[in-house]
Amino acid sequence: MSVDGEISSKDIHFADHPNSVGMITPQKVVLPDPMALEAGGVLDRVEMEFETYGRLTPAKDNAVLICHALTGDAHVAGWDPNPVGELKQFRKTKPGWWDQMVGPGKAIDTNRFFVICSNVLGSCYGTVGPSSINPATGRPWGLSFPVVTVSDWANQQIELLKTLGIERLRAAIGGSMGGQMALEMALARPEITMGLIILSAGHRVTNQGLAFNAVGRHAIIHDSNFRNGEYYEGPKPLSGLAAARMMAQITYLSEESMVHKFGRRLRGKDTPDFTLTGIEFEMESYLNHQAESFVKRYDPNSYLYMTRAMDYYDAALIWGQGDLAVTAGRIKAKTMVVSFSSDWLYPPELCRQLVAAMCQARRPVSYVNVPSRYGHDAFLVETDAVRRLIGSFLKN
Amino acid sequence: MTKKPHDSIDQAILEKAPVPDYLAAEDPFSRKLTCVDLIDQGLLELLSSLPADPPSSNEARHRWQDRVILNEIPPGSYVLDLGCGRGELMSRLINEMNVHGQAVEVDPEAAMAAMDLGVPVLNMDLSEILGDFVDDGFDYVILESTIQTLKEPLRVLDEMLRVGKKSLVSFPNFGHWRLRLELSTKGRMPVSPSLPYMWYNTPNIRVLTLSDFMDWARENKVNISAAYGLNSGRIAPITEKDNLLAEEVLLFLERPKKVSEL
Repeated sequence: MSVDGEISSKDIHFADHPNSVGMITPQKVVLPDPMALEAGGVLDRVEMEFETYGRLTPAKDNAVLICHALTGDAHVAGWDPNPVGELKQFRKTKPGWWDQMVGPGKAIDTNRFFVICSNVLGSCYGTVGPSSINPATGRPWGLSFPVVTVSDWANQQIELLKTLGIERLRAAIGGSMGGQMALEMALARPEITMGLIILSAGHRVTNQGLAFNAVGRHAIIHDSNFRNGEYYEGPKPLSGLAAARMMAQITYLSEESMVHKFGRRLRGKDTPDFTLTGIEFEMESYLNHQAESFVKRYDPNSYLYMTRAMDYYDAALIWGQGDLAVTAGRIKAKTMVVSFSSDWLYPPELCRQLVAAMCQARRPVSYVNVPSRYGHDAFLVETDAVRRLIGSFLKN
Repeated sequence: MTKKPHDSIDQAILEKAPVPDYLAAEDPFSRKLTCVDLIDQGLLELLSSLPADPPSSNEARHRWQDRVILNEIPPGSYVLDLGCGRGELMSRLINEMNVHGQAVEVDPEAAMAAMDLGVPVLNMDLSEILGDFVDDGFDYVILESTIQTLKEPLRVLDEMLRVGKKSLVSFPNFGHWRLRLELSTKGRMPVSPSLPYMWYNTPNIRVLTLSDFMDWARENKVNISAAYGLNSGRIAPITEKDNLLAEEVLLFLERPKKVSEL
């Protein structure tokens, strides 16, 4: 999952639970045509991993697209019966990253909707990316994989919808980086995107967001194992990736949530050991644990591609020559924007810029700033509020 | 033996004790004048000459403005509802009149209820968002029973007149005879079905009458193109003369035309 929210055990539904989508096997598709990319370059063979839940109506009018966040994947809900590779351990203990929201009788009700999520280009969970084999060389792409953008991801979704015979989306829904992608769907294909829900995201990242991404990439690129991305046959730059993840994890929390979760408690002791290199605080231990778990399942090169795509995305530049109101005027979707009060990665002020632009463009929009102490994580952790908002939105 | 000064002048007068030196020695409020008796006499006369209309029932009062608004707003208009509450009016405007609607509501619970009705709602304070709407962006801007609760009513009125070609404002009329009578005879802030609050919990911080509002409109060259009032369960067009009879009023406002628009 993109950011590790603390989901309480009561919210975990096992595959036999009536509100679970059950066992879900990921699906693969190879797009019929090569894909031209925004930054230049063409991907001749685009293989994608995706999952679907629920049933498409004969009229094909009940499709909902979910867009995953930075380090997320297509596995939104339910349990993977045969997890493979790096994901094996992770998926054995956890359902999909938004299982709380997607399932029969849940806010995104799979009894009503045909829910789709695909893994984005450049990622490492089954869709082509830097760790995939380049057919031309028979070796992993590494940094020779073309730079991908949020626009490319939107095109990728549109191609997937074509192969599934879907011409209209009831809604595109996403949080964080997924919110940017959902927005791009509504901008690139206003005529097919009937609904849009953006959680904890805006039309671009903040300058602080750019800065954090730069530090994350720096840690990876300057890990001695990085070797210009050609590390697949040797040791990986995992220490760089771990540092990137630890820092990112800080941006997903808030001071208040840190104090609430850890305070200044020491790890398994009452007095410090006065060590410089050992783990002393619960706070440190948490970051370490998160990083350890993350580096087992994520490809450092993919981290570079994903964060770069986030950095480059600026909807106003793409669609309005810098004018966000002109950009927002393109949107035909019924739109809801949700921010969280303590989120400082995609702060409420940023989310409100898009809301204000929609007002300027006379486009109807709903906006809620949910009071929360969980920082950016809130979009995954404030399940009651999010459930209520999405449920209400999709009801009409 | 001197008596200890009293803390309260009432007690001091009662006990004829020396008053403390920070209080006027003589009765500064002229309590000897029985003005209360005079008021009672005058009001009794007034009362006997007034129609004995009962106050509007809760049912008649409930969203009475909506009936006028739904009748007056042409289908397909762009409408902004400020302080939409639970969204009853806006959802009817959208569903029955096919308007392009946008609503704003600061109370999270009410905003959620409005969203449940399919109304696009900004759960924000008016002052946070009003500036983002473009000039003349809406055919109608509605401020229903809200102006009396606003900290900066003039700022909101200015913005409404800027973003709407027409603005609709409704409020409880504190000039209604029953309220005047209650304050003057009981000496307590009126509590009525329209104003069911005590001083400590009332959201109504801007106490105004129909005449007060008309004065403001005249001074600011704001044209009132239509006015409706509720009296004793009946809705009717009103003039300023109805200040004594209208329990609640609904006014249609237009800002003065700029020279360039003439």
